[in-house]
Amino acid sequence: MALLEIEDVSKSFRGLRAVARATFAIERHTIGALIGPNGAGKTTLFNLIAGVYRPDHGEIRFRGHAIGGLPPHRVCAAGVARTFQLVKPFAELSVLDNAVVGALHGERTVAGARVRARAVLERLGLGSKASMIAAHLTLAERRRLEVARAVATRPSLLLLDEMMAGLRPPEIDELVSVLRGVQRDEGITILLTEHVMRAVMALADQIVVLHHGEVIARGAPAAIVRDPAVLGSYLGEDALEGTAS
Amino acid sequence: MMIGKLIGLPGRRGRRALIAGAAVIALTLPFIASSYVLSVVTLALYLAYVGQAWNVMMGFAGQLSLGHSLYVGLGAYASAGLFFHTGIGPWAGVWLAIAICAGVGAFIGFLAFRLRVSGVQLSLLTVAFAELARIGFDHLEWLGGPGGLFLRVADRSRIDLLGFRGPPAMYYYAILALVGGALGLCTVLLRRRAGYYWRAIREDEVAAASLGIDVFRWKMRAVILSSAMTAIAGVFFAFYYNSLFPEQIFSFGRSIEIVLGPVVGGVGTLVGPIVGAGALVLLGDGTTEVLNRLGFDVPGVKQVVHGLLLLLVTIYMPHGLWPPLARALGFGPRKI
Repeated sequence: MALLEIEDVSKSFRGLRAVARATFAIERHTIGALIGPNGAGKTTLFNLIAGVYRPDHGEIRFRGHAIGGLPPHRVCAAGVARTFQLVKPFAELSVLDNAVVGALHGERTVAGARVRARAVLERLGLGSKASMIAAHLTLAERRRLEVARAVATRPSLLLLDEMMAGLRPPEIDELVSVLRGVQRDEGITILLTEHVMRAVMALADQIVVLHHGEVIARGAPAAIVRDPAVLGSYLGEDALEGTAS
Repeated sequence: MMIGKLIGLPGRRGRRALIAGAAVIALTLPFIASSYVLSVVTLALYLAYVGQAWNVMMGFAGQLSLGHSLYVGLGAYASAGLFFHTGIGPWAGVWLAIAICAGVGAFIGFLAFRLRVSGVQLSLLTVAFAELARIGFDHLEWLGGPGGLFLRVADRSRIDLLGFRGPPAMYYYAILALVGGALGLCTVLLRRRAGYYWRAIREDEVAAASLGIDVFRWKMRAVILSSAMTAIAGVFFAFYYNSLFPEQIFSFGRSIEIVLGPVVGGVGTLVGPIVGAGALVLLGDGTTEVLNRLGFDVPGVKQVVHGLLLLLVTIYMPHGLWPPLARALGFGPRKI
């Protein structure tokens, strides 16, 4: 049984279909990537999994249990954590306290949560910034803080929404290696949406391509970048050269 | 710290001495101060306490209430009405007051948070309920209506702890204990799960929910605690002033008065409501007193001073008086 199963899921907003009969599954301990042009329904699908929206149709199963339509905090309790495309740090709180809020989920005491939070911040290279106010971090650091906060909840599945947007190439490579490490050490499964193909190719075991809300292709990265439907709708002919370089 | 050393501000021992000195002055004030000064400080402490209660809802959990006079009034009328009609004293009445205020707070919170009312709309809703109470109590002849509810003025020479009647010093110690208790409670809460969750909700509800926080439940807890704390202030108010008028106690001005202390002192901080209330009352009443001594009788000068202070603080110290003061004194971030 796959960790996350999306089955025939649809969602419309005022008649506009954002996600249409999407079906795919993410296996345990893998990294899946959801790609597609702007407006393809990637973030909507994320919000459906995370409980922000309720699916109009279809079923979302996590560890075999239906989670579609549960409120966000219950989805988190089930073991799904997420980051946001537009980062949402607790701006006035210190970096450590941001992570403590996440770690309190699953830790009984504040002292225990602080230990857990420190360990996660170290893992994400934010150990030296622990006492800084979150608002003073750079964008790249705030992205890592979002991951730290989410990982601190001890999720089985981590949803990363456009982590790389706005980052410089060296920052992207650094974050890629950090994510790899976190995925390995914490035994987490990751589903990410991403425009930066450089990161997708480096991370993903499986790629799911969305177009107009529909899944038009899914498979291993090497196969996806040669798929004619994907090339035509999204990547374009030069995508291959882009990833090869 | 660096600045503190440069200009010779207190270190660790100095801070301890400062706290100890403040405590000694606070505990011996009735013996060293005139009755006028004592009444002014009592008022400051009263505002510090209600400010602290309001701060739980706004400062910690980020839910702006501009109608907190509702809970002062309900708490006051609950305990005073019980005493007036049955002779049952405030020690029992305070529980009735807490129950009523917590219930009303829960009702307003439930309405607002279930219907996802927040921000300005939430503030207006709290104002509306306070106004509703003001008009409602005006028509409640059973509790005195617009003519007011009066309690027999206490025998000021005798201390009757059971009936909460006695000299001004007794009320002073009572409100001092309330301020100390509220400060202690808030200090403990901020360091526990509640403090982390409330501040997370204040900063970003969507992110808080994504980390497993039941936002609705924790906002409800903040409103209920805040209104229950404010209820006790209402009981104090009733038995200290002995007269209640709906027009006064539920008025919008009273709600604003509650908000001013924490805003001037520092919203969301532990000591801010106390510092803010102190600054407002001392500067406001101080100016009035000085002008009186000089032979000027200027009505409304207190409000002008409050307005000026608020203006200056908002412009030059947007986080309130306490954070920069605390840093200058060398207090660590967890004391702020």
